[in-house]
Amino acid sequence: MSRSEPILKVENITKSFGSAEILKGVGLELPKGAIKILIGPSGGGKSTLLQCLNCLVTPDSGTIWFNGGVVNIQKSKELYAFRQQVGMIFQDFNLFDHLTALDNIIIALCKVKKMSKQQARERAMTELDQVGLGDKGHLYPAELSGGQKQRVAIARALAMDPKVLLLDEPTSALDPELVGEVVAVIRSLAHKGMTMIMATHQISLIRNLADEILFMKDGLIAERGTPDELLGKGCGTLSQGFCDKLNEIAGEES
Amino acid sequence: MLESLSVIKDALPYLLKGSFATGVIVVGAMLIGLALGLLMACGMVYGRKWVRLVVGFYIWFFQGVPVLVLLFLFYFGLFNFLGLNFTAITAVTIVLGMTTAAYQANIFRGAMLSIPQGQFKAANALGMSNVQAITNIILPQVLRISIPAWSNEFSIILKDSALAFVIGAPEIMARTQFVASRTYQHLPLYITAGLIYFVLTWSGVKGLRALENKVRIPGYSHQGN
Repeated sequence: MSRSEPILKVENITKSFGSAEILKGVGLELPKGAIKILIGPSGGGKSTLLQCLNCLVTPDSGTIWFNGGVVNIQKSKELYAFRQQVGMIFQDFNLFDHLTALDNIIIALCKVKKMSKQQARERAMTELDQVGLGDKGHLYPAELSGGQKQRVAIARALAMDPKVLLLDEPTSALDPELVGEVVAVIRSLAHKGMTMIMATHQISLIRNLADEILFMKDGLIAERGTPDELLGKGCGTLSQGFCDKLNEIAGEES
Repeated sequence: MLESLSVIKDALPYLLKGSFATGVIVVGAMLIGLALGLLMACGMVYGRKWVRLVVGFYIWFFQGVPVLVLLFLFYFGLFNFLGLNFTAITAVTIVLGMTTAAYQANIFRGAMLSIPQGQFKAANALGMSNVQAITNIILPQVLRISIPAWSNEFSIILKDSALAFVIGAPEIMARTQFVASRTYQHLPLYITAGLIYFVLTWSGVKGLRALENKVRIPGYSHQGN
């Protein structure tokens, strides 16, 4: 597949909650292997956009293409099959509290992919090893640190063999000293060529990983471009101003 | 005094047989309540508007009318009208089951609302259908959380089952009354009946407590055991 052919493409996505218009017609394309990063002030629509991409939030209007075909989100079966191929990582992990780390991964493999228990267990172990938690499989979410929870969540998403990964502020709920371990996992995914779109305030991720930065404000993509274009010295973009502010805060902390 | 003791001694096997009927009524009613209550709770939390209306009406009705009235209404009224020839025990089981279902629905609804919504989203994001998310992710947690309140409901229903004697179901209370009216040893006999209820309630609640501890999610405990 050529690099330019988008795996996931959306056009003209709108979403309102009550009278509040959160998304005002957003479109984007995600070619295979691309890493796009959403930044911007909170309330700008980043989370809503990500959740519209796999229809956890149903868009009011707009079209979603996946692997070249339009996804008919009215048909439950088609929607469920589509979501299987789009992994999602949440800010607050959303592990299933009643299941061990291992079972968190196994359950979708068994129930959705209809794998045998044995196959699922092997696959889950592999994924846990990948994120460095091979020895923590028997622990429950309440017994894990934030960084470990997020890594389990990533392993859980990857076990489904997603074509695209949506990451909604994956490091924002973590203690500062735990951010590193999750960033490392995301980096290694990037090196393996995973297609990703991520909302983040993590300056190191923005600068080093992004193929393209999308700056969202008031329900629209206000700026888009490569990190060099948007964050180069003295280019005076919204994105640069925003990242400067993040840097300032990070500077004050360290 | 001695006479009382011998009456109790003679009557005890007969009364204990009644606790078997009581047991059937309570277990049956609680199971009906569990199934119907879970279904209604799902309807209230995840259902469409008309489902919520229907369930809301059901709960409103069964919470608002005394069990005794319901018992007469169903046993002498509705069941008769429909030509259903239920035994007294079956009738009581059904009526108590439908009543506790209304209360259990609210117990389960509360538990459902306490589960972070994100887990439902995460299940959906992995490709689970709504039904799969509810049965695999939400209900296992809801049932655990509900055990303490459910055990309250159990003890209430166990004691409400004594009302069954008014339609002649041969449970503890009916048998006690039968013996008392023959021997005139009211005080010792009703004390015995009370003790039997007490032991049944206590062991049931104790058992549910043990279950609660057994299925507690590690790392989630407020008790450390």
